[in-house]
Amino acid sequence: MWFFFRRKSSCQVAKDRLKILLITDRVNCSPEMVELIKKDITKVISKYVKIDAENMAVQITAKKGTPRGGRSPVLYANVPILGLQKHERRFP
Amino acid sequence: MENNVIVVTSGKGGVGKTTTTANIGTGLAKLGRKVCLIDTDIGLRNLDVVMGLENRIIYHLVDVIEGNCRMKQALIRDKRHPGLYLMPAAQTRDKSAISPGQMVKVIEQIKDQFDYVILDCPAGIEQGFQNAIAGAKRAIVVTTPEVSAIRDADRIIGLLEANGFSQMDLIINRLRPEMVRRGDMMSSDDVADILGIPLLGIIPDDESVVVATNQGDPLAGGSSPAGIAFSNVVGRIEGQEIPFLNFEKSISFFSRVTGIFHKA
Repeated sequence: MWFFFRRKSSCQVAKDRLKILLITDRVNCSPEMVELIKKDITKVISKYVKIDAENMAVQITAKKGTPRGGRSPVLYANVPILGLQKHERRFP
Repeated sequence: MENNVIVVTSGKGGVGKTTTTANIGTGLAKLGRKVCLIDTDIGLRNLDVVMGLENRIIYHLVDVIEGNCRMKQALIRDKRHPGLYLMPAAQTRDKSAISPGQMVKVIEQIKDQFDYVILDCPAGIEQGFQNAIAGAKRAIVVTTPEVSAIRDADRIIGLLEANGFSQMDLIINRLRPEMVRRGDMMSSDDVADILGIPLLGIIPDDESVVVATNQGDPLAGGSSPAGIAFSNVVGRIEGQEIPFLNFEKSISFFSRVTGIFHKA
């Protein structure tokens, strides 16, 4: 019950801040750049299918399975598709 | 012995590199190992003071490298612990007085004479850091449970990886169990998860560390919480399986109940 009333603990705040900080530190990539990548991905995929741009997630994370992700981070994009475009489209 | 050259590093200053180096060295010597501690913090040497050996320095690391003395003349033997030696840094020079290549040569010369060679790395990631890591392939990364220290530790781990380090272990220093319980400090598991390297030790924040430093007598092997924690670290370096001291999880039902009200 108390869960609903309590403030976020400062420990949790620190962890959340660190997660974002370290991802950008590790790949030397700013959050602004991630935003730009996200925009471009939206643009490209929207050409073919209708997507839920509000709920899509793009992040750069460590590769799963290896501790610290080895030396190569991965770009992870989760793009919910609402439906295939209704109109016929000629693919190049 | 493979991998007996260990560099103690952290990135951020003031998290306890020198204290950790002194205690690990003392602890290993107490187990009968032959240990050489090298202070690579040229210009800001401190390991001698923490070890209580500051009055016995005649020659130092830069003298050895420049050929002003023989290796043996610069090594200070700690009379309290047979087998424990300290190579002090120069105080009146700066980091550019030596190069990584020269450091490698020094370590090549002495590593076969000792069971362990432990290097105390300066803060930062510039030349002092490059010098300190040049001769080692194994590192102990020291951090505290704070955002700034963890961020720097992560950067250091990245640099060590890029320099081909095969073994990196984590020591979390100055942990305050009561703050962890309150949810106001990251736990050792949180920090280890974030940094993603194996945990070697958890050192609780302990006033006796300050007392030991005042007296110049490292507390590894003593009965204080930090002394026990450092002894456990030493045991793990020696390959023993020692469970971590359980500072954080010893929550009684009573404090759990009161804790609820604190958080609310």
